[in-house]
Parts: sequence; structure tokens; C-alpha cells
Amino acid sequence: MNEPHYLQPLLPTPFHSRTQAACCTALWSGWAGYQSARCYTHVEFEYFAARNQATLFDLSPMIKYRIAGSDSLPYLNRLMTRDVGKLAVGRVAYTVWCNDVGKVLDDGTLFRLDDNEYLLCAQDRHLPWLQDSAIGFDLEVEDVSERFAALALQGPTSYAIVQRMGFDDLMSLRPFGWRRVKYRGAELIVSRTGFSGDLGYEIWSAPDQAESLWDDLMAAGADFGLMPMGSDALELLRIEAGYLLPNADFMPADHATRASRGRSPFELGLGWLVDFNKGHFVGRRALQAERAGSGRYTFVGLDIDGNKPAHESLIYHRRRELIGHVTSAMWSPTCKRNIAIAELQAGREAMLDDLWVEIYLKKELKWEKLMVRCRVVPRPFFDPPRRLATPPAAY
Amino acid sequence: MKSVRYDAIVVGGGHNGLVCANYLARARQRVLLLEAADQVGGAAATESFAPGFRVSSCAHLVYLFDPSISAELKLADHGLVWSAVDLPSVALSQERAVLSISSDPTLSAGEWMSGEHKRFDALMARMTRFASVLQNLYTRVPPRLRNRRGDIVALVQAAWRIRRLGRDDMRELLRIAGMNIADLLDDELNDDRLKGMLAFDAVLGTRLGPRAPNTVFTWLHRLVSRAPAAHGGIMHPLGGVGALCDALSRSAQAAGVEIRTGARVESIMCDADRVTGVRVADGEEIGARQVISNADPQQTLLSLLGARELDTEFVRRVRDVPMAGTAAKLHLAIDDLPTFVGVDPEQARGRLVIAPNIDYVERASNAIKYGEYAPQPVIEITIPSLHDSTLAPPGKHVLSAIVQYAPYTLRAGWGAHRDEFADCVIAVLAEYAPDLPDKIVERQLLLPVDIEQRYGMTGGHWHHGELGLERFWMWRPTPGAAQYQMPVEGLFLCGAGCHPGGGVMGLAGRNAARAVLATARP
Repeated sequence: MNEPHYLQPLLPTPFHSRTQAACCTALWSGWAGYQSARCYTHVEFEYFAARNQATLFDLSPMIKYRIAGSDSLPYLNRLMTRDVGKLAVGRVAYTVWCNDVGKVLDDGTLFRLDDNEYLLCAQDRHLPWLQDSAIGFDLEVEDVSERFAALALQGPTSYAIVQRMGFDDLMSLRPFGWRRVKYRGAELIVSRTGFSGDLGYEIWSAPDQAESLWDDLMAAGADFGLMPMGSDALELLRIEAGYLLPNADFMPADHATRASRGRSPFELGLGWLVDFNKGHFVGRRALQAERAGSGRYTFVGLDIDGNKPAHESLIYHRRRELIGHVTSAMWSPTCKRNIAIAELQAGREAMLDDLWVEIYLKKELKWEKLMVRCRVVPRPFFDPPRRLATPPAAY
Repeated sequence: MKSVRYDAIVVGGGHNGLVCANYLARARQRVLLLEAADQVGGAAATESFAPGFRVSSCAHLVYLFDPSISAELKLADHGLVWSAVDLPSVALSQERAVLSISSDPTLSAGEWMSGEHKRFDALMARMTRFASVLQNLYTRVPPRLRNRRGDIVALVQAAWRIRRLGRDDMRELLRIAGMNIADLLDDELNDDRLKGMLAFDAVLGTRLGPRAPNTVFTWLHRLVSRAPAAHGGIMHPLGGVGALCDALSRSAQAAGVEIRTGARVESIMCDADRVTGVRVADGEEIGARQVISNADPQQTLLSLLGARELDTEFVRRVRDVPMAGTAAKLHLAIDDLPTFVGVDPEQARGRLVIAPNIDYVERASNAIKYGEYAPQPVIEITIPSLHDSTLAPPGKHVLSAIVQYAPYTLRAGWGAHRDEFADCVIAVLAEYAPDLPDKIVERQLLLPVDIEQRYGMTGGHWHHGELGLERFWMWRPTPGAAQYQMPVEGLFLCGAGCHPGGGVMGLAGRNAARAVLATARP
């Protein structure tokens, strides 16, 4: 490990023998130092499998922190913007946390494992911040990323597959809940969470059970159209679901070299995650001042005319005045709409009825410029009733 | 919630706490001052260390106490008498005669090298002009870097004061501000004795050696005493430094401050991001709209208030303030006056400095980097009983010495090495006053760790945290908190951990009172 980082090969995840075998495209990317498949067969097969059948996605590289000790709750309430006190054992919460000036450092999911034990899952590494935030608290923060092999089983038939696996007791599991289930003499954690905006589960196992878990799930899912999915298809799912992605839709404040690039929860449309009534939390004073004044930006969903994705497009009022830009865009095959997530300057409400996006389009190596009408629409773009139905339907 | 009884509670009765409380009471605030010890003064105290012998526990001379505070608080009317003013500084030397300097150049004595006196006077005149710029900054609440009128005016004023020095002086100040004292002294002077003593002045109370950058600045900090608006000399209050605090205490009480001693504050309470009062050791809760802490920044923010009420990055910055003291204090009760070789009786009243050359000071400072004590320490000696008969029985004397460098944490552990270090110091003293060891009746050594324990100063650091360009003005104690007001509404700092820093000045206390009163205005 003394090699410089650019000479170190990406690490295999616990599922590597299986993902490697399944990956026909040899399209891999690096994720938190691990080798992660972008696409196994074809991005459209995988996308449609996720929307109509089910897919298996290896999310082992996700960074996981265990927070345990008598001060866990006060610590997390001081760290996070939302009221963690409302999170019961057995539940999971989507959460963001901010720096001193109220700009978002990252988002993640927080599992309450026990009265004084939590698991925080995030895209990026944050141990120094989490540990320095623990000054004055009695607890331990530990990086437990390597103790878990994790899979996302997402799609309409995912409940039928976990039933076939013999995971009892998941019928009553509501969205954002988790249960322990027996599996081959050990225990797994199954949570009804995911990044697809659809019915689905995430399964957290010990690394030494990873290969058998993959095999058993693929076998159980054979009749239900289950196929492995890479991160390219996941990107499409999450845009339809309206979820924000750090480093794509916003710069995590500690990655930004330009101080103005940080975004507050309000500016990201995540004001519902900020609770000013729970006592002090990091960034509270700055966020209170911001709420009293106004944020600089606002996040919106866009419905764009035509079918050409508005990747990284600029947004104009009356075709002239620049008032924002697209952060994520796609043609949504399920919604049959040309959708985008966009950041607009705040205080432009009066201009929303006359918005245009400038789309650069390469048609067989020739660039064309389109100026296309768009409208602000609510997110998520895709939100089927089956996502929340409890008990879920066994399609 | 308890009903609010006081407008302000001042936590800690050091000189800055007393000054701050006094100014608040004069502005018709109802003020309670809580001091953990049985007497006020904090580290600026005079205490008995042997039957019949009393000594100033930490600082044993007063250079920097602001004369306008003395006048405004009428300290003379409240019993402050100086037993000596304009004390000379005497560079002890084994090889050559001693050299003595005084704020009055005509009193300087000893054998000066040809032209050296002139060079020295020119250097000091220039440094005094620079120190005057600093002195002016010291009497004001530092600005913040935000686009508000008052802040911009303050920044422009500060820049203008530097510009007004004139082109040559301004260029020189900017050239040397971040420099090390050894290079500056080598450029300007020739006499080792003189250079050694001035280098000592620059590093006193810091963890720096004379070849460390920033030591010209720490020297300028000390030279603020020579600015026209300052007292001008080295002084000693009758009854020791504690007598200054006694006068401050009487003045504060006359102004209406309620002082409670033996009342240790355990925590600063707050609710909904606003200070509500303090809890004292017996569990009593006392309500107040504002709490002003004379304790050091780490103690105040991380212990009394608690990191939970603060943001993570701010906590990091407070935690990172260097708080490990390096100065120890040796107190000797002596039954007869020792003879310092070559020192005449007039000089003996002053401060005698063992720092014979720059290399000696540098070598002494090396130890601290590696968690060791200096076996050949630099020492500042005073025998205050020569001009203050209240400190020792008739015919006997007190010798008070500041000894550097003694680490807060000795790598080998202080336990067994405490006496060894005291012996070391006395052996060095004996090189300059051979008859001293036989006259010692009693000795007391206060290491930084003792000072921390006795006076509640984190790390036993006299200045409540290192001084330096990066820890001064808008940056003291940390950026964003240099205006005395802390992030929790109603909480202020008023001690040496804030601008303008250490030394018995009183300016942090007065500036803090101004900051408190500025927020009280509608």
C-alpha cells in the first residue's frame, strides 16, 4: 500500500467473483476505492428490468459508520439538521449534515440499530468530521464499511423475491424500516430503502456470506426477471425518483474550493430536513439567518419540450436572461417525459412561466443548438403507489 | 426557568474580569463577579509561600497595565501605590560587566561598546513607533471581515496608522513584522549581552526561541509599554501584583459590582442558543442575561459551556489554540541579600536577566520542542522586597524568578524531575550569585502544570494561549470570535485569550465591556 494512490488498483467488493462473471461490458468505475460495475449488459435492459421486474445492485462500497454510546442521540442531533430523536429503533431516516456556515457536507441514510447504536451510510468519507464533532460527547464513531457486503434489490418483483428467499416477516415492513432476518444460520439486515424510487430492499450481510447471498438471490429471482444492474442505470432511476446526488446536483461543501459553491438544505429543497426546535446543531445559526433572509438558489424539477435530454444545459428567462442550470437530465422512458433537475436563482418566481433551456445536441458528429421551452413541475417525476404499499404486492 | 437577576455575570476575578465588571457596573448594569479562589486576582495575585514571605504568584512586574484604565477606575484612590517605577533591566554576564538599560536612557549603565548606545537608542525609538501602532489597535475591539461600515472604517484606520508612519518606517515595519528577533538584533546591534536580553524579552511567555519567526512581533507586544499612551516603564505595585487586583476589586465594588469569592462556576447554562446564567459548584443556579468569562477560551467554551452548543469547525479552532505554557516560577525565601556579581544596589532593585547571548536563549528553547526542560534556562529575577517591605520580614528578602523553558508535559513525567529542575535553576542562579544557595530558607517551584491547577488556566499558559501574528487582533483567540462575543448569544470572553492578549494590561477586560455594551444598545 505504499504505492501512490494512482498506482493502486481498485479493490474488489465481496461480490466481485459474481459481478465480474456477470459483467459482459467490462465497463467499471471507481467508487470509494472499489471496483463498481457501470453496466453488465446494456443500460436499457437494466433500466427496464428495474422498472418492470427487479435488479440487483452491489452497493458494498457505500461508506458506513457505526455510532454507539450513551451520547449517540444528542451527538447525532447536534450533527444532523433533522430531529434524530424521532427516529425509532427499526427505522431508517434520510438525512443531511452541514458545516458551520450551514452548507451541506453530504447526505446519507441513518439506521437506528438500537437505543444507543446507529449506522450512518454515505457516499463519501467523513471520519475526521464525525470524530471532531464527537468532542464533548461520550460515544464512539467507527468506520465499519468493510464489515458489510450490501446489495440493493429494487423493482416491482423485489418483494416476491424476498418471499421466495424465505425471509419471513417482511410483509409488514414499511418503507424506511429495517428487520433482521435469518439466513443460512446467520443474520442479515434487510431495510426497505433504496435509490430507485420504487418498491425495493437493501440487504446488509457479512462479507463472508456475500457470494452465497448473491447466488441465492439470483436463483430466487430467476422466475421474476431479476438481473444485475450497474450504476449507469441507477443514475436514470434516481433522476426519475427526484433524488439529489452529491457532486452531481450539488458540491459537498468540503469538496468545494470556491466558498460560494456550497449549498444549504434550503437551497437544495431539503428545508423539510431542518428542525430548529430540537436544540443546537452544526450550522443552525447560519441556517436561521438564511431562513430569516433568503437563500440564493432553489432546486426544481423541469419538464422540457421534445425528447432531447438537457444535459448540463443553461436555463434562460425569455430566451435571454440566464437564471439557472440543469444539474441532472434524461429522457424518462417510464414517464415518457423529458425531465431534469435544475438549480435556479432564488427570487425568480415571477419568471417561471417563460423558461427556456439551451440544449447542445450532437447528431452524428455535428453539433446543433436547440432553445426549448420548459416548465417547473413537482418532483418526484416517478412515484408509483407500489413504492409505499404495505404489505407490498407480490407481482 | 429561573428569573433573571443580573444583567451580567463575570466568571473569574482576574484583573481583566475585574476591569470588565467595573466598566459594566459603571454603565448601570447589575453585575455579579464569581471567583473560585478565596481572593480575587487569579494569576495576578500576591500569595504567601513561606511563613512571613509573600510573592507575586505569576507575573511579578507590571509593564503593560493601561494608564487610562488606572485613571478611569481611580485605582490610586482605591489604594494602588507603586513601590517602584522605571525599574532598570540588567543583563547579567559572567564574562563581562553587566549592562543595564532603563526606559530613561540617561540611567543606562555599564560598559557600552563604541556606538552601541546610539544604535540601541535608534532601534528602540523605531520599535517604539511601531509599538504605538499596536497600542492603538490594542485599545479597540477588533473588526470583522464583513462588509459593514464600522468594520471597514476600523480596517482603513488600522492601515492608515501604518501608512502614517511614513514610507521608510512603514516599509521597515512590514519587512520585520513576521521576522525572527535574532536576525533583527544581529542586523542592528553588536553587544551579546544586550542582544541576549532583548531576545529574552521577545520570547518571554512563549514557546518560541529567538530564531523562530514571529518573535519580532512578540517583542513589539511587550514594547507596547513604551508607547506614548502607555506607562513607559517597568513597575511594581506595593504589596505585589495582587495589590493591583485588590485596588481593582475595591474600585469595582465601589462601582456596584457584587463580588463573591469561593464560588467556582461549574457550567455556563444556555437555552435556545442564549445564555441564561451559570451553575456554581454547590449546585446553585444564578440567572443573567449575559455571561462574560475571564477564563481562557478552551476552558470557557469546551468545559464551562460545552462543545455541544457550538459548531464543529469552531470547536476545532478552539481546540487548536496552543495552550501549553512554558514559563515556570521559582520563589525563594532568603534570609539575607545575595550578591549578584557586578550588580550595584540600584540595579539590584530592577529585573536581572540571565540570557547572556542569543545562542544561550536559543539553546534553552530547544528543549521545549522535545518535551524536555532547559538544563540551562533563561531566567528573569526580581527581588521585590528591596523596594516593597510588605513582602518579607525585616532584613529578609524574597527572590522571584520566571524560568523558561519548562514544558507543560515533561516527556519523562514531572514527578521525580521537579526537584531536579529546581536544583538546576538554583545552580544557574549561583553562577551569577555564588552566595545565594546558602541563604535560601524556603523554595517554591510553580511549573505550568501547577499554574494550570492553581489558577484554572489551561496548560498553565500565562497568556491564555500563545501570542503571535496568527493569534492576535482579528485572529485571537480564533477567527470569527475575536470580538469578545461568542457564538451563543449573551456569552463573551474578557480574558487574555482575546485581543490584545497576555501581560497584565486590563485592555481585554475594557474592550470586552465595550463589546457587551454595544450589543445591549437597542
